[in-house]
Amino acid sequence: MGDDAPIGTSEVFFAMLRRDVRVARRELPFFLVRTAMQPLLLMIVFGFLMPRMGVLQKGYTATLLPGVIALSLALSSVQSVALPMVAQFGFSKEIEDRLLAPIPTHLVALELIVAGTLQGVLAGLFVLPCGRLIMGAIPGLALSNLPHIVGVTVLGAATFSALGLLIGCAINPQQIGLMFSSIIGPMIFFGCTYYPWMALDKIPLMKYLVLVNPLVYVAEGMRGAITPDVPHMDPLVDAVVLVVLLGIFWHFGKRAFFKRAIS
Amino acid sequence: MIETRQLRKVYAAPAARRGAGAHGTSPRSTLPVSAPAAARNPRASGSIAALDGLDLQVREGEFFGLLGPNGAGKTTTIGILTTRVRATSGEAFVAGLDVAAQDVAVRRRIGVVPQRPNPDRGLNVIENLAFHGAYFGLGQAEAERRGMALLEKFEIGDKATSKVDELSGGQQQRLMIARALLHEPRVIFLDEPTVGLDPQARLALWDVLRALHREGRTIVMTTHYMQEADELCDRLAIVDRGKLLACDTPAALRAQAPGATLIDLAVDGDAAAAAERCRLVDGVSRVDATGPDLRAHSERGGEAIPALIRAVEDAGARVQNINLSKPSLETLFISLTGRKLD
Repeated sequence: MGDDAPIGTSEVFFAMLRRDVRVARRELPFFLVRTAMQPLLLMIVFGFLMPRMGVLQKGYTATLLPGVIALSLALSSVQSVALPMVAQFGFSKEIEDRLLAPIPTHLVALELIVAGTLQGVLAGLFVLPCGRLIMGAIPGLALSNLPHIVGVTVLGAATFSALGLLIGCAINPQQIGLMFSSIIGPMIFFGCTYYPWMALDKIPLMKYLVLVNPLVYVAEGMRGAITPDVPHMDPLVDAVVLVVLLGIFWHFGKRAFFKRAIS
Repeated sequence: MIETRQLRKVYAAPAARRGAGAHGTSPRSTLPVSAPAAARNPRASGSIAALDGLDLQVREGEFFGLLGPNGAGKTTTIGILTTRVRATSGEAFVAGLDVAAQDVAVRRRIGVVPQRPNPDRGLNVIENLAFHGAYFGLGQAEAERRGMALLEKFEIGDKATSKVDELSGGQQQRLMIARALLHEPRVIFLDEPTVGLDPQARLALWDVLRALHREGRTIVMTTHYMQEADELCDRLAIVDRGKLLACDTPAALRAQAPGATLIDLAVDGDAAAAAERCRLVDGVSRVDATGPDLRAHSERGGEAIPALIRAVEDAGARVQNINLSKPSLETLFISLTGRKLD
């Protein structure tokens, strides 16, 4: 029997990643509708219609675009990990084949986060040109600072993928709808997606309350990266907070994953 | 090849866990607690011991059966041996490896067929096998070649590019076996593999399992079907409420069965009084009464029936139904546990 030859851990890890890419590629149209519909509608209303009605200033699109990119990459990262987790641990049990693969269990969880991050980045990449198309020329849009853009995008997507792992493993399948309306909803509206954080100066209580929202740091980081003329948080603060949040979500997400994987 | 020593598994939440195969014995007293009692007052027992000091040894190349009713601890045992469940105490080894400390190495050497098929629904049939192969270090071409050969062997080769949802229950179960075999493990675990299969699919699966056994693989299978255990297994462990009750070849276990034929009588009314009189019947070694049911152990086979009917009538009751069971694994199981298998 051929079960004594050693198997490289990275080989197994990348096989699982290939599996997720294969499945995601097959579901790409659904993925794009799921993740991009909301941002596209937002941009049509707030970035196209309202500035033309004169309700919003034309320059508002420079504030909106990074916020919407942050929103779509965060939402798609969370959903790409949390939704399959709920189904695969809940009723289909199809994750068991991967849990029985010869690889440490925490690497199965890590692979899910890497796959979620890739999908988050993809969603961001898709929304950026859509925004340009819908909203026209964005004042002050700068795509030259590539390391900054890549850094915020990857870090933001990874943080939200880890949050997806935590939510997907810790939440009861019956409560998944409740989770979206009670956690994700407020997160979107208080995530500085439609307004820069600095603009909250006039409402100090709000300004400090929203700091518990991880989306704030992705939206502000994205502003610093692609529309640096719009007032934004110090990029270093964004980066440090996102790294810390990533660590916290990974720690508790991994713990929740183990609870489901090994009884 | 496989060994467990004083394996115990205590689950914290009784109500939530019962469906997963845990049944009740109190962790503190080791006295059995019936499931309804635990459900009435879960705090009384607090937790439930699914396994209560289980010792097993399975030899290399053996077809080993774990036989017991639902809730006996069979699935928990398989869970521990396949690294998916952590034992509360005790030790378990597969291929000489500690399942807790060397879980990755254990997973390398085992194939697992789950109780309910759990194919990857994002992938088609052959992809299920190809990716499983990749998880075990096989190149794509080799994994697909082996996968196709297994699909052909299990007569679902024409389904290679189908979605898994298009397969019948029996076909999905065969896909699960193909997947478990793809990386050529030395030990295969099957958890109630024939539950939910029609008789024809069950017999076909038996042929598959016999063929695997002939190839020299060690097979551990749980079942609550007596006939299945009897037909397939080299040795059987009878477990109930997390404890090992007997372990031997099916023939030796049958020989241990009480020599008596079991005669079950359904009586109109309370059988307790009738039981008193039945105990006096010649050739009857034991009589148990539960509600309107009366079970007599007859050393003279069916010959005791007329005398038993008279004894029941003498007690003022009437016999409504009679059932006869010859000495078998079933009667051994009943004599060991006091209840039927299913």
